[in-house]
Amino acid sequence: MKPLTAFRSRTLVLPDSNIDTDRIIPARFLTTTVRKGLGRYAFNDWRYRADGSADLEFVLNRPDARDCQILIAGRNFGCGSSREHAPWALLDAGFRAVISSEIADIFRSNALQNGLLALVVLEAEHSWLLKHPGVELAIDVAGQFIELPDGGRILFELDTFTRNSLLQGMDQLDFILSQRPAIEAYEQAHA
Amino acid sequence: MQLGVRDENLRFTRYLVPENSGARHGNLAVMKPRTLFEKLWDAHLVSSQIVEAPALLYIDLHLLHEVTSPQAFAELRRRGLAVRCPQRTLATLDHSTPTLPAAADGHRPYVSDKARRQVAELRNNCRTHGIDLMDFDSEHRGIVHVIGPELGATQPGMTIVCGDSHTSTHGAFGALAFGIGTTEVGHVLASQCLLQRKPKTLAVHVVGKLGNGVGAKDLILHIIGKLGMAGGTGHVIEYRGEAIRALTMEGRMTVCNMSIEAGARAGLIAADETTFAWLQGRQRVPNGSAWEPCVDRWRQWLGDEDAVFDREISIDAAEVVPNVTWGTHPGMVSAIDAPLPAPRDALERRAYDYMQIEAGKPLAGTAVDVVFVGSCTNSRLLDLREAAAILHGRRIARHVRMLVVPGSAQIKREAEREGLHQVFLAAGAEWREPGCSMCIAMNGDMAQPGELVVSTSNRNFEGRQGRGVRTVLASPATAAACAVAGYVVDPRALAEEVAA
Ligand code: SF4
Repeated sequence: MKPLTAFRSRTLVLPDSNIDTDRIIPARFLTTTVRKGLGRYAFNDWRYRADGSADLEFVLNRPDARDCQILIAGRNFGCGSSREHAPWALLDAGFRAVISSEIADIFRSNALQNGLLALVVLEAEHSWLLKHPGVELAIDVAGQFIELPDGGRILFELDTFTRNSLLQGMDQLDFILSQRPAIEAYEQAHA
Repeated sequence: MQLGVRDENLRFTRYLVPENSGARHGNLAVMKPRTLFEKLWDAHLVSSQIVEAPALLYIDLHLLHEVTSPQAFAELRRRGLAVRCPQRTLATLDHSTPTLPAAADGHRPYVSDKARRQVAELRNNCRTHGIDLMDFDSEHRGIVHVIGPELGATQPGMTIVCGDSHTSTHGAFGALAFGIGTTEVGHVLASQCLLQRKPKTLAVHVVGKLGNGVGAKDLILHIIGKLGMAGGTGHVIEYRGEAIRALTMEGRMTVCNMSIEAGARAGLIAADETTFAWLQGRQRVPNGSAWEPCVDRWRQWLGDEDAVFDREISIDAAEVVPNVTWGTHPGMVSAIDAPLPAPRDALERRAYDYMQIEAGKPLAGTAVDVVFVGSCTNSRLLDLREAAAILHGRRIARHVRMLVVPGSAQIKREAEREGLHQVFLAAGAEWREPGCSMCIAMNGDMAQPGELVVSTSNRNFEGRQGRGVRTVLASPATAAACAVAGYVVDPRALAEEVAA
């Protein structure tokens, strides 16, 4: 994972609540055995009609959606299936952050493990972001804030461990493996 | 980057004092009454949660299937790591496997070469790392959350994970069981441990008794309807009360299975005599003189009487009726013949549109195209019996297609021994090989755009059973009754007809 410190981008808004991981990437694309290349299936059944043509009404297909790295989504984003293919698809589609007032547990953990910033903000801030698609935001991981165009700031919480992992591009498995003596002690005590 | 990691680790190790080490006992921590979840959590701490790092939790049982594991094994390969505890790991084929039998030449009708490769990859990975795989030739292959309990691999007091959100099913045995992502599957393979932040606790008390003709599926749909789709987020739910105690293990698994549909991390039911009786004699459970001491250990997995939950709700079992979902998430629940509520927001309007239904009318009477009985929610022997009881001596409506997919090879054998398959076949349903099938519709078993499926599975999201497919979640009895009627109907109507 590459370190993630700060970046700025315009936002893309999907205001629906409860966007589940089946909608982020339908199950029929899960037969892959690699992590890469899933971006083209992101929101597949929203983006493409049954005949395979792009639905030009859908925000992601609009020309100004290009280069939007921040997704503002309705409440309870990422609920449902635990498939990590969902954050993989979003990252591969160019997103680096998703912001909502509520994000499902497993999705959030999966996203952060992969360097996709899954950020929870307060209701009022969330509704402002939903109402202002396309604004340019700056996200600062170290400072734990989102900067609005007028200089105002939205603070977000990240636990110290996740924050440090993101900032340093630290792999959590390295950290776990460094605990080997404790793991062995546990196993011996419970043998 | 490497340096940074080492610096961090040095800093972390200074803080790590295992919470379950002797140093902790004798102080306040021992005095405080704990919930069952808290006891399970504490007992599995390799190192406790501190400001700088989540807890490191030891995992007793790790279940694998073909869809969420290949990238995790690839990471192990990349790092040259071995699987730490192959003996604590159990794999099966279920998600992308065909439910039609192999041809005479052994060729299986996979939906795609990719699906075939995915299965081959799990087979290779298991062989390389010495992991038990329930392959096609195994008597025990089946849906991952069905075979764990069936083999007795799932036991009270354990921590159980799987790259699958419905791992919550195993909580029915008083185990702490939850779904993880693929990166975490890699963590558990390599270390048998998982970094976790401690979730909150939610007690759901189900007081009173369930009415006649009302089952575990109706109950959990009712609970999700009350909690809402994110009502359990960040929590482990412990189900308690008379109506829960009265459930069979199959019913308890159905309830715990769908905890995730309320957003909960896990569902939990304390083990009792029903649990022990169900587990006795199963393959991976101690037997002979080892059985009684084992049960004595299991009996200790109970929450303290006066333990405090972060939240508690109470549900009156007598209020539960046969339920169905009308919308596009499992919290959009209604009694079968109650008029549907007017949409309250854009989301519900979208759901009404997608489902092509109208507010003010009940779902009862809506035409049905396909009926699916299966999935880790409702594919066990008792579920199949429940559906067969309705279908016995009847035929499904001419325009309806019905698939019955047992949860495991063992269930399939038992059902056939009882002749249930003949009831299904005589009624005009298809009787398939075990697997996830139309629950996730990634093996080729799916419905056509616009079709309405009454399904005993757990998710009715848009497109879950095929693009544009409309899913109505229901109990096995309701599903079978709908197949016979050809439209959505309260199963109690047919059940009475039998009795009459
Ligand atoms: S039956 Fe459905 S919910 Fe259960 S493991 Fe399979 S796909 Fe997941």
